[in-house]
Amino acid sequence: MKYYDKLIFELSRPGRCGYSLPASILGGKECACSNVGSKEAPVSGGVWRETPLTLPEVSEPDVVRHYTNLSQMNFGVDTGFYPLGSCTMKYNPKINEEIVSAFNGLHPLQPENTVKGALEVLDFVDGALAEITGMKHFTFLPCAGAHGELTGLMIMREYHMRRGDTARTKVIVPDSAHGTNPASAAVCGLDIVVVKSRPDGLVDVEDLKPLLGPDVAGIMMTNPNTLGLFERDIKEIAELVHECGGLLYYDGANMNPLLGVVRPGDMGFDIMHLNLHKTFSTPHGGGGPGSGPVGVAERLVPLLDVPRTSGFHGNFGIILRACAYILMLGRENVKMAGPLATLSANYIKESLKDCFKLPIQTVCKHEFVFDGLAEPNGVTTLDVAKRLLDYGFHAPTIYFPLLFHQALMIEPTETESLETLDAFIEVMRVIAREAAENPELLHTAPHNTPIGRPDETGAARQPVLKYTK
Amino acid sequence: MSKVIEGLLYSESHEWVKIEDGLAVIGVSDYAQAEMGDITYVDLPSEGDEVSAGEEFGALESVKASSELYSPVSGTVEEVNSELESAPEKVNEDAYAAWIIKVRLSDESELDALMDAAAYTASLK
Amino acid sequence: MGTFTYFPHTQEDIRTMLDRIGVRSLDELYADVPSEFIHKGEYGLPSARSEEEVRAWFKDLAGKNTELKVFVGAGAYDHYTPSVIPYITSRSEFLTAYTPYQCEISQGTLRYIFEWQTMICALTGMDVANASVYDGPSAAAEAMRMCVACTRKRNTVVASSGLLPNVLETLRTYARYSGINLVETWDVYEAVGEGTLDLAGVIVPSINRFGVIERHLGLADLVHEAGALLVEYCDPSALSVVKTPAEWGADIAVGDGQSLGIPLCYGGPYVGFIACREQWMRKLPGRIVGQTADAEGRRAFVLTLQAREQHIRREKATSNICSNESLMALWCTVYLSLMGPEGMRKLNALCYEGSHYLHDALLATGKFADPFEGREFLKEFALKPLCDVKKLQQALLDAGFFAALQTEEGYVTFCVTERRTREEIDALVKVVKEAEL
Repeated sequence: MKYYDKLIFELSRPGRCGYSLPASILGGKECACSNVGSKEAPVSGGVWRETPLTLPEVSEPDVVRHYTNLSQMNFGVDTGFYPLGSCTMKYNPKINEEIVSAFNGLHPLQPENTVKGALEVLDFVDGALAEITGMKHFTFLPCAGAHGELTGLMIMREYHMRRGDTARTKVIVPDSAHGTNPASAAVCGLDIVVVKSRPDGLVDVEDLKPLLGPDVAGIMMTNPNTLGLFERDIKEIAELVHECGGLLYYDGANMNPLLGVVRPGDMGFDIMHLNLHKTFSTPHGGGGPGSGPVGVAERLVPLLDVPRTSGFHGNFGIILRACAYILMLGRENVKMAGPLATLSANYIKESLKDCFKLPIQTVCKHEFVFDGLAEPNGVTTLDVAKRLLDYGFHAPTIYFPLLFHQALMIEPTETESLETLDAFIEVMRVIAREAAENPELLHTAPHNTPIGRPDETGAARQPVLKYTK
Repeated sequence: MSKVIEGLLYSESHEWVKIEDGLAVIGVSDYAQAEMGDITYVDLPSEGDEVSAGEEFGALESVKASSELYSPVSGTVEEVNSELESAPEKVNEDAYAAWIIKVRLSDESELDALMDAAAYTASLK
Repeated sequence: MGTFTYFPHTQEDIRTMLDRIGVRSLDELYADVPSEFIHKGEYGLPSARSEEEVRAWFKDLAGKNTELKVFVGAGAYDHYTPSVIPYITSRSEFLTAYTPYQCEISQGTLRYIFEWQTMICALTGMDVANASVYDGPSAAAEAMRMCVACTRKRNTVVASSGLLPNVLETLRTYARYSGINLVETWDVYEAVGEGTLDLAGVIVPSINRFGVIERHLGLADLVHEAGALLVEYCDPSALSVVKTPAEWGADIAVGDGQSLGIPLCYGGPYVGFIACREQWMRKLPGRIVGQTADAEGRRAFVLTLQAREQHIRREKATSNICSNESLMALWCTVYLSLMGPEGMRKLNALCYEGSHYLHDALLATGKFADPFEGREFLKEFALKPLCDVKKLQQALLDAGFFAALQTEEGYVTFCVTERRTREEIDALVKVVKEAEL
């Protein structure tokens, strides 16, 4: 990757343009209303902009080259291995991208009998997701995982509110949960109660029991949890929570290892979301757009469409992509997705546990967590992550979950070959050796990237959040 | 080893208190600033806000962390150290000079629940 | 098991890996899952298709939709997408990356978000913008929550009934569960004037659900005197020519970036934006990109002010948002780069020309009255039908037009973008003229 130091504003020269528009709508040589927004606007109503608009003035070739140059400072799944834990950076099939444009012209408010094809897609995906998860139906409104959590918790609250059970204002969240869980619960007006994990990384059922009562709306669980461990007491947990009148929410962020193997509905979950951009192969787009459909058990179906958390029908374009993936997978291949993801994670874990500290030794699912180097020699998880970039790999998720101080959370997914996994393992071993022999090399890494470690403290103390001349 | 100053009172959540001109001057201990690392922002309350002992009145932020500030005493905020808004690093430089708020006490007996320097030093071990 | 194009594992690979792990079979990797939870038997999914079969499946479904000439807006506008945009956004370095957690290999994403933030500030006149949120309606909901957070213990938010229906619905949803007292009114001046001490914020549309460009003279002063924040919901494309939230004195500007060249695509993906005065910067939800330098002094961009966010603050975060709509922000950034200030002005002039032509022609049919005579509009307008709306809509649909969207108030709205031609407009008017309504 080479360093390219321009911003689009710095390419701007007055008088250049990159647009191409019709001269007029009515067929004149120029638009009959070309002075709209200027000082002599058609009818001066005090509603027109007075401040000059400072956008770049650049030609089309400038724009194309600029963004191409920017793209070359980026690392994606197509560039290389991206073992970012809990993010499921699997391969994004190209056919998914191709089929979208045929639906681009549909206005979201068009009458239903003019969008039969689009509705059929939604219907098909609803049925397929229900089959894969054991839920009854899904809503597609949520645009991301956290948005799904929020929507799902709203359904949970609505369920209790409609029964007049207004005392249920607490939601139980394990200490290993994704940060979005407590944050979503807070936005939904729920109080968070934390349940502890046992030393083996699983939810402590004994710690859970005294938390359950008539004020509990439900529990949010990630299964497998963020340590990549299957919560094997889930049956007992489900019974306990249901007995006390609460509901079980399934955070689908870690659904990938269960794809084709275990259905959340069968484990007793009442509400869940899926991340189509994780489990169903749609691209992450540098942080979105994603899609976080929420599924519910049969008795909650009437509440499914109650929370309106986005404007139209959710991220339809993303649902189309997931639909293509489901069609390609089919009932034959779906059964291999989860197991191969699990196989890859365990393979890396077993291959590196002599050089990295492995706090929990049992079989993991799609991901696992190291607690830094076995012999750190002053080298931190951050140093390891940065050094990985030098070797052409994306880093794992670091410093999460919070249960360990030097957490390195690795998720390889099912779309990486054995050769790629071996190459990663080899580099991790090299880094462990470097830590012993030349720790300074790691403290100052990365060395081969467009920029070195930036001054993040300075960025936060004196924020510069937009370009000024 | 972090610095603990004689003559101040300390809370379990690592705030210090000094009584000066009838006001409780409150800051965070050297231990607290060292734990945070480079502080990038101090979230301050407004003058006139009511605070109560054990309750949150603001927060310290670093690049990768945030830590709530808990008032060791109850009362009214008379003054905030607005210098910290633009220079949060002062807390790192000298945590005992960089006071954060001054509170008019509503219940002086609350001071009895706080630790002296020796007890606080012992609590850090 | 056969082979599958996305899974690189050969039987031999699987064997090698199982041996390293020390288990005999893939099933054994799930030995910790109670066996009653292992799904036995087939999933009720169709059989795997080939790529060409998948393509055919979608072609078949797309054929079941009716392609219509879109003369409706209501929050989703049929503007042209320059061919450069999908070309750039489909570059896999952008498309297949995730949130820029490792900034050293994400400078591309971080730079375009910084450019997006700058352009959103330019359009709205605000000081600070975030990296985007899901869509316009959810951006409005986030702004509502910001008002409550910025005014600490206050909890009432007044929303103009003139906001788009889907914005109000989203506000109602978020308010219901987070316990915010949402008051909807046609007269925000009056509602603010009533002087509740609990008022946290007021949300008004820059252009309302009838297409009317609103005047908010003196509103900001009134709201600020009440100790609350003013939020403007706006169409960023229109902001190139209509008065900005900053000019009206607003504290927060939100809206949907869809009008910046994003295809309709049956409602998404679009992209929400939130911008605010510097004073409220620390209460912004979501990701924010900032400029800094590396040790060698090279300009560098990073995710910053992260202590606001859920992965650090958990339940005390400003919002639960994690992902944004990054690729759609890139979409809009490339769009605005191509258009520039002059392109945006010309675009709006074309919309103005077409919409006013249609407006006058429809009135001339005698089948409508103008309930908003004398009020300025840009590309969208509402008329009071003096005919049977159902028949009108059907006649238009039969002729291939999606137009005359009925509002809750009994009006019908029309929208003309630069993609509509005189021929299309004339044909639409002819349908209205000739249909027996």
